[in-house]
Amino acid sequence: MDLSTIWFCLIVVLWLGYLFLEGFDFGVGILLGLLARDNTERRVMVNTIGPVWDGNEVWVLVAVGATFAAFPPWYATMLSTAYLPVLLILLALIGRGVAFEYRGKVDSARWRRRWDVVIQLGSWIPPLGWGLVLTAMATGLPLTKDGALSGGPLALFTPLALLGALAVAGFSILHGSVFLALKTEGEIRQRAGGFALRIGPLCLVPIAVLLVLLQVRQGSAWTLVLAAVALLAGVLALVRLRAGREGQSFALLGVLLVGVVVVLFGSAFPAVIPSTLDPAYSLTVANSASSPYTLGVMTWVAAFGTPAVLLYQSWTYWVFRRRIGTKHIPEVHVP
Amino acid sequence: MDVLDVARWQFGITTVYHFLMVPLTIGLSIVVAIMQTAWVVTGKRHYLAMTKFWGKLMLVNFAMGVVTGIVQEFQFGMAWSSYSKFVGDVFGAPLAMEGLVAFMVESTFLGLWIFGWERLPKRVHLACIWAASLASTVSAYFILSANSWMQHPVGIEFVDGKPRLNSIWALLTNNTALAAFPHTVAGGFAVAGTFLVGISAWHLWRKHRDSSAEDPDRRVWSSSLKLGAWIGMISFAAVALTGDAQGKLMFEQQPMKMAAAEALCHTEAPASFSVFAYGDVSRQDCENVKSITVPALLSFLAHNDFSTEVKGVGDLIHQYQAKYGSNYPVDPKLGELSGKPIDYVPVLPVTYWGFRFMIGFGGIAAAAALLALWLTRRGRIPRTKWFPRLALLSIATPFLANSFGWIFTEMGRQPFVVVPNPSGVDGVWMYTAQAVSSGVSVGEMLTSLIALTTVYGVLAVVEVYLLVRYARAGVAGVMPPPTDTEKSEDVLAFAY
Ligand code: HDD
Ligand code: HEM
Ligand code: HEM
Repeated sequence: MDLSTIWFCLIVVLWLGYLFLEGFDFGVGILLGLLARDNTERRVMVNTIGPVWDGNEVWVLVAVGATFAAFPPWYATMLSTAYLPVLLILLALIGRGVAFEYRGKVDSARWRRRWDVVIQLGSWIPPLGWGLVLTAMATGLPLTKDGALSGGPLALFTPLALLGALAVAGFSILHGSVFLALKTEGEIRQRAGGFALRIGPLCLVPIAVLLVLLQVRQGSAWTLVLAAVALLAGVLALVRLRAGREGQSFALLGVLLVGVVVVLFGSAFPAVIPSTLDPAYSLTVANSASSPYTLGVMTWVAAFGTPAVLLYQSWTYWVFRRRIGTKHIPEVHVP
Repeated sequence: MDVLDVARWQFGITTVYHFLMVPLTIGLSIVVAIMQTAWVVTGKRHYLAMTKFWGKLMLVNFAMGVVTGIVQEFQFGMAWSSYSKFVGDVFGAPLAMEGLVAFMVESTFLGLWIFGWERLPKRVHLACIWAASLASTVSAYFILSANSWMQHPVGIEFVDGKPRLNSIWALLTNNTALAAFPHTVAGGFAVAGTFLVGISAWHLWRKHRDSSAEDPDRRVWSSSLKLGAWIGMISFAAVALTGDAQGKLMFEQQPMKMAAAEALCHTEAPASFSVFAYGDVSRQDCENVKSITVPALLSFLAHNDFSTEVKGVGDLIHQYQAKYGSNYPVDPKLGELSGKPIDYVPVLPVTYWGFRFMIGFGGIAAAAALLALWLTRRGRIPRTKWFPRLALLSIATPFLANSFGWIFTEMGRQPFVVVPNPSGVDGVWMYTAQAVSSGVSVGEMLTSLIALTTVYGVLAVVEVYLLVRYARAGVAGVMPPPTDTEKSEDVLAFAY
């Protein structure tokens, strides 16, 4: 494998890490209005991700930054063609991050209600947006020679891309509810588990349809195997959850995600953004990679940096491994 | 307005805004780490109170630094895609390293610190705030070496019309970065210092004019004030020294920016430094400008002796035209500018006054720190209302100095986004006009400018509201008084 292919794989891994980690963050945010009955329960939910959401979010910064370093035209084209969806994602991430930090800083029901709305909106938009953008990129765009979109910004909203949006949002909701069942105790744990079982099949539908359409359109033998494994893992996740094995269910959802993301990026490979106008305008791993020197430097950085990140982030999860329930929530003490 | 103008306004507004949070985070997070160290070592209550109080304000600010930083990371691709494609081989690397090496550490360990009170062993918990705060400083290093490469491109060769990295070491040890990093970090400490002085002075005056020196809360504020004042004064000395080093590099690397900083029309030898000017400094012939000058000081700033010739704007224009051409290339992507003459002169009033305001506001901050220290010597607390008012007002000055520093640095390098390196590889530079995204419409760009500016405006109000609320509440707002009811073992020490 040459360096540019290694970097392509690494960027897929970074997106995987991001969607896995912030996937459940988004789910928790979306479910804030659905599962909690009062403020203490909402605080339980927010605190399951309190210490980790920012670290999870940095995965997208590294994914995008690594794309900039390793495949500058891919970075530039992705963000400038998907200008408005990316803007919406950014606004959502801004609101959401501030909301987590500020929600409990004033003891007033109105104050909290407002931030809760921001958290929910801010948790819906990014999974929908990233699903849209990533699927649109991997399935091809009417890209001109200059890397602009012919047909304006609406050309991004293909049926497949919309399906991708639903798939990632569905995954986040399911992943988030299983995470809550895993990290909370008492009534809220029951409720989250029950919700996951009820909503689960519905969440799997867009993922399944997306996998089938990708297979028909640009699949090969190995994507077929992987897609089948992914769907099986998705179904098994629900089965294990029914048996009360939340941890296993959570891990199986990870397998589902690996399958979907690898099939999505992998079925486009070696293109990173195929052009539907003319294959000659497609961005590929070969024609958008940085120089071997830059890739080499970045490989060294990644080789030492990534294991370190995995190590100390795992440690964080271990430190905060305890389940949280309403009895753990301290009284509000703010000025 | 065309796409270029909107994109420039957007970059300027969002970056200057990001840089309101950044210096406070850089300075204050290390100050908090020092306070917590003092608490862990001595066990004294007032150090714990200081850690909690200033730590809370730091976190309120940090959240905004994080979310506005995300916009920065994406903006190069969204609005400046031509730039990103041109420089990606070089410029992406420090950005990616910043994410992997600095931001990951910063965000993870800050989460551990916020939620780790009473859960982690004391020393491990202390190590977390040190890790997070030092990672902030490391992030500054990476981003400044990216920015310095735009001011002074090094470590590259020119292949297929594009710069290509051939030495990461040269990029990371760019002399421009080595000078800008201490200058910017010291600027961050200047912000933190005045922040401590302003709020502490207000508390001392408000609540402790009549309290005895033994009052435990009084020690919180008098220690904070002293610490802040020393940090403020030392950091001013540091910006002056490092700024002097930057001036010498600027003289070599960006002579037009040097001339623009002085609005120096005619070449002078020895050149005098203008302290203050009346009249219209934008005129390139210097008609109608009267200026208070210090003879030969500019020569000294530029080259360490009092007789060096410093070139004026008029001479430099010809030099630049001869070297880099007098007209933009004919290229439809350049829009109205295609084939037009290149204006090599930055906006002179901005560079001239930006430079002076940077130094001036920084000087005011340091003077305020010195004054506060003098007025509170040996436990005194002035009774006049002016004391807290001026102390609070001075909090704004180092923020202004930082903003003006950046506005000067960035606008002083126009019309280039990547400035040609006079002693570097020939041909590597880029005009700002060529950098903007080609496929993005004015409508899209305006939408984002308006949306981001509005959201930033609202959030500024919220942040200041919270900072004021917590600052007023003082120690009581962050340390709950011990309750009579037995605290259950299970309750978390901190939760959102
Ligand atoms: C001199 C320092 C400095 C400068 C010039 C910049 N930043 Fe910054 N940035 C920081 C210093 C910093 C910091 C101190 O590390 C921050 C500020 C507050 C914070 O939370 O971390 C930060 C936060 C921050 C974050 C969020 C990190 C997280 O989630 O923890 C991103 C993505 C960026 N920045 C990116 C940028 C980009 C792309 C810049 C260039 C235009 C930029 N920053 C200018
Ligand atoms: C690594 C850090 C930075 C990079 C890579 C960077 C890059 C850029 C780019 C690409 C532009 C747009 C082109 C232009 O109009 O000049 C710009 C403009 C600008 N930047 Fe920076 N910048 C950085 C840091 C900063 C910071 C921290 C500030 C201030 C807080 C700042 C202030 C500005 C301003 C005010 C402009 C507008 C100048 C103008 O339009 O004339 N920059 N910078
Ligand atoms: C005696 C005082 C000072 C001198 C001689 C000085 C000098 C300089 C110079 C020459 C530059 C431009 C570097 C370039 O564009 O190549 C600069 C930039 C800057 N200055 Fe200052 N400065 C002084 C005080 C301050 C103070 C008090 C602050 C803030 C508290 C400050 C903050 C900045 C910032 C943020 C920049 C832009 C970033 C950079 O290029 O490092 N400066 N300064």
